[in-house]
Amino acid sequence: MPTGNPQSISNLAKRIIPCLDIKDGRTVKGTNFVELRDAGDPVELAARYAVEGADELVFLDITATVEKRKTLAELVKRIAHRINIPFTVGGGIRSVEDVSVLLGSGADKVSINTAAFQNPELISGIAKAAGSQCVVLAIDTRLEEDGQWYVYLNGGRTKTDALCFEWAKKAVELGAGEILLTSMNHDGTKAGFALDITQQLSDALPIPVIASGGGGTKEHFVDVFQSAHADAALAASIFHFKEIAIPDLKQHLKEAGIPVRI
Amino acid sequence: MNIAIVQYNAGNIQSVLYALERLGADAKVTANADELRSADKVIFPGVGEAGSAMDSLREGGLDSVIKSLKQPVLGICVGMQLLCAHSEEGNTECLGIVPVAVRRFPAALNSHDEGFMQVANGAGNSVLKVPQVGWNTIQDLSSPLFQHIPSGSFIYNVHSFYAEDSDYTIARCNYGLTYAAAVQKDNFYGVQFHTEKSAATGDQILKNFLAL
Repeated sequence: MPTGNPQSISNLAKRIIPCLDIKDGRTVKGTNFVELRDAGDPVELAARYAVEGADELVFLDITATVEKRKTLAELVKRIAHRINIPFTVGGGIRSVEDVSVLLGSGADKVSINTAAFQNPELISGIAKAAGSQCVVLAIDTRLEEDGQWYVYLNGGRTKTDALCFEWAKKAVELGAGEILLTSMNHDGTKAGFALDITQQLSDALPIPVIASGGGGTKEHFVDVFQSAHADAALAASIFHFKEIAIPDLKQHLKEAGIPVRI
Repeated sequence: MNIAIVQYNAGNIQSVLYALERLGADAKVTANADELRSADKVIFPGVGEAGSAMDSLREGGLDSVIKSLKQPVLGICVGMQLLCAHSEEGNTECLGIVPVAVRRFPAALNSHDEGFMQVANGAGNSVLKVPQVGWNTIQDLSSPLFQHIPSGSFIYNVHSFYAEDSDYTIARCNYGLTYAAAVQKDNFYGVQFHTEKSAATGDQILKNFLAL
């Protein structure tokens, strides 16, 4: 039975990645972490996830405007000082200069989406300046009635004619280091990840694919690793509201034969 | 304690500095030969391409400074690779302190599979992606650098090139093949993984280094 990375050839772990949405320096979706002094502080929440065994963190600044960017860089510095696991920062990144500020503040990777689609040279520009390993290309995609997965922009508000798979392949050629794939059909449903498109990308692309959207139970994570061969899985509210605790999730994955870091 | 971080065009200097701060250790980022030579410990970080990193070191004369160091030196990621003899990345002559070759993870045989490493293991999913990104385990730990670190501990990796397993190996890792996750020769130590991003395990290894 295929289990991604059989123990005999590598112990490379499947990654669990909580995502924190940030607005004006605060987490926006709310959490159930009553024991935290300030659960709205992304740094407090991030530190908590790091201790619980999160393998990586993603911070998405949903109000990243030009005037707020300095605020974001300050936040990134505070995060980098505090946590000892890798983290990605995204939202509003439009230029290599934006990236330099964030990496210089201590971010390990940046996530780019709409700006990269509109200006694909942004991908190669960042890869050349700072290396492919720090370029996470985020794709929001939706399965349409014609059976095809299309790329959406601007947080899912703008449909394009581009097919998800074709855009992902092009992004790899341009130097993307990882793909963060969010299925709009599945996001928020808690009905499971989009296994087909995740598997298509993960099996065909030579870079890691992070599956996002739809994870609602521990078994959904088993499926996305075992059936869809995702390299990592990202979720937000199920972790923030403690519907699934990361240590429990990892134990469940381990028992299912999936290599995880415990 | 006087800790120096080698300043050149490496990408992870800030992260290494923060990691040391979390351990309560002050460090100075410097390219000054006297400051590097007089430090108690020297950390030699690295993220980027080996060839341009070596160019950057040679331009500043840091290559000979690093070779002359007598105190414990820790190379991290590309920093470790540069301590070795030669890297297949850009066909680069490295510092030659640790006589080990740095090679690229082998790509799969089919050209359309470039970026994958074919692994004959008989299982369904028999390719590994290159670069290796994520948490893998270290074993065969044989150095004070790994005091209090159990075999099988997870560390964070991002790399396409690896140092070959040799007599200088002090920790091993498997990614389709067995490679040196860490090397040592005399006062020079090198780790392929990112101690500064490897959670409690990474913190302990950095602490161990500072205690050498």
